[in-house]
Amino acid sequence: MSLKNLSKHTVLKAGTLLDPYNKRTYRADLWIKDGFIESIGEFNAPKSAEIIDCKGKIITHGFCDLHVHFREPGREDKETLDTGSLSAMAGGFTRVCVMPNTNPPLDSPEMMNFIKEKAEKCPIHIHPIGAVTKAQNGKDITEMALMFKEGAVAFSDDGLPIQDGAVMRIALEYSTLVGVPVINHAEDECLRSEGLMHEGIISTHLGLPGNPDLAESAMVHRDLELADFTGAKLHVPHVSSAKAVQHIRTMKRKNNNITSEVTPHHLFFNDEALRSYDTNLKVAPPIRTESDREVLIKAVKDGTIDCIATDHAPHTLEDKETTFDCASFGMIGLESAFGVVNKVLVQESGMELIDLISLLTVNPRKIMGFDSDLFSEGAMAEITVIDPDRDWTFDKDHIHSKSGNSPFIGKDLKGTVELTISTNSIYKSQIIK
Amino acid sequence: MLKQKHLLGLEGYPAEDIQTIIDTAFNFREVLERPIKKVPSLQGVTIVNLFFENSTRTRISFELAQKRLSADTVNFSASSSSLKKGESFKDTAQNIEAMKIDAVVMRHPTPGAAKHLTEFIDAIIINAGDGTHEHPTQAILDMMSLHEKFGRLRGLKIGIIGDIVHSRVALSNIYGLTSMGAEVTICGPPNLIPSFLQDLNVNYNDNLDEVIDWADALNVLRIQRERMGIGLVPSNREYRATFGITQERLNKHEKEIIIMHPGPMNRGVEIDGFVADSNQAIILDQVLNGVASRMAILYLLCGGKANVGEN
Repeated sequence: MSLKNLSKHTVLKAGTLLDPYNKRTYRADLWIKDGFIESIGEFNAPKSAEIIDCKGKIITHGFCDLHVHFREPGREDKETLDTGSLSAMAGGFTRVCVMPNTNPPLDSPEMMNFIKEKAEKCPIHIHPIGAVTKAQNGKDITEMALMFKEGAVAFSDDGLPIQDGAVMRIALEYSTLVGVPVINHAEDECLRSEGLMHEGIISTHLGLPGNPDLAESAMVHRDLELADFTGAKLHVPHVSSAKAVQHIRTMKRKNNNITSEVTPHHLFFNDEALRSYDTNLKVAPPIRTESDREVLIKAVKDGTIDCIATDHAPHTLEDKETTFDCASFGMIGLESAFGVVNKVLVQESGMELIDLISLLTVNPRKIMGFDSDLFSEGAMAEITVIDPDRDWTFDKDHIHSKSGNSPFIGKDLKGTVELTISTNSIYKSQIIK
Repeated sequence: MLKQKHLLGLEGYPAEDIQTIIDTAFNFREVLERPIKKVPSLQGVTIVNLFFENSTRTRISFELAQKRLSADTVNFSASSSSLKKGESFKDTAQNIEAMKIDAVVMRHPTPGAAKHLTEFIDAIIINAGDGTHEHPTQAILDMMSLHEKFGRLRGLKIGIIGDIVHSRVALSNIYGLTSMGAEVTICGPPNLIPSFLQDLNVNYNDNLDEVIDWADALNVLRIQRERMGIGLVPSNREYRATFGITQERLNKHEKEIIIMHPGPMNRGVEIDGFVADSNQAIILDQVLNGVASRMAILYLLCGGKANVGEN
């Protein structure tokens, strides 16, 4: 097992600290005692301490993913909080927010509690996102205030876009009571219709029903207008199209309550990849064109998009090993995330590593209101050690999720997660060595 | 022999192989004119017709082609709804292959299903229509029929009329005809035309009369009655008035034009009975050529090494 309990004293030695909060990169040792940062720099750790050689490696904040599906309760055959945690640790993530489209959905204070109690036994920090509407019915808003008290960090009916503009308005208005973001999966279901992939040249060739980019951009535009009108916090998930980016960019100029995320898969693939009819590439919103992909990269670089989120969506083999129309939407993404975004954004697009790390650490934590100054003495240890220059090929053995629905299998990636420390657990990557 | 093991679609399919199939099909067409219409070319070859969607003529055409070639055939039919509920597509396919078969002819409502099947089983796969994607054997029989009429495909001007976006016949015809050097114009209601035509190498013209003036032949697609009056097509009479191949419309144009239809026809909707029964229509030739084309495809793919007509 690659996951172990952390020793009472652990020293990360000879590595380079990359602190995205204070925007500093420096050589220093780091001492962890009982799961908390005891000291950084010069110190005298006891001889019994476990020394981990981090020479040539980068030590940074544990990654934070504000968009994962851990399927508990209801579909424990796809993922559980436990298996999802291991998958997250393997990908360098120490903190995640789980989406509420479970069975039953996370739509009550009791369900927030269910996640909170289960999460206490997990090696990473898991926060529930509460449903916006009861049973995700798209009509009746949930007990947001009570759910917030029980740990809800945001509200979303992810997977089920809120179609009714009046309901979205009410939800946004009401959310200002607790001041956390509302996250709406932005797709106009009427425009999406039966669409299975991006509507474009490739869908025309493949004969697959298309889902046009305006199904996303029209909904994003509506949500932005409503957020601006109500003064609520809006977080736009998995932005996929150039048109949606343009709307977000315009609104962000005058409104500070708007944030957005992009997934590694929308940054990596374009719709040409669908020519294989690989059902693992069937996601919502769909993989779009190369020019959309280029706009997404630009939007990440100019700050229109605030963070990376995986939308880790595990599905059983049976759910994916079927014809394209019957296959479920979604792919897993935690284990491959860093290698993908480091390749696309740093290696291929010239972004600075520290800026990429911010997209995985400080920025998502800020959106969710989590403490993001992690390299301070006394802070709970959430640490990820990476080797950004290492080339590797993603394969099945790297997957710790209960599901294997990844189109990244066989893809060459850049940059590995070597070590992840979260509270009292340590994950050491073994396969890559 | 052909370069590809399967016939999944005509996108990127080698033009010389399309020509080989058509040439071979003319040889088989001659067999079909004989008193005894059977050759032993595929003796001992077992072919399964796997139809997940209703079909009358395509299935009969394939079955007849198989019998004329002396292959052993088995039919499997299942509605797509029962497929969704019951046994998975993969299990169905693997069960059938476990019975030792050589080739599968499949029709399925989902685009990409034929390609998907190649991932599960080793048999030769012939796509008999995968949803709104491709129907390559129909396009080959259409091209054979044009070749028969004009003696060539290069330089021919073909209009494809009707619901293009939902039509696998249209897409396969577009790929096949353009790779064989014909020119294609598509014509139909704008909401039934794909929004992204770049890369398809076709023209679009919504004026049927202009297309008739331009074309050597028209391939008239079936308009689904289910689409009439609800949603996509306002009414029967509006469609007929705008895109119907009527006798009156053809009379206005003083030219010979060949009319094709993949069937089944909606007489009085997309095509008038008079036109369908006239000399300029080659609709029944298409049906006969369908058997010959499918014989050629099966023969070339299933390793028939014997000479055509060997006895």
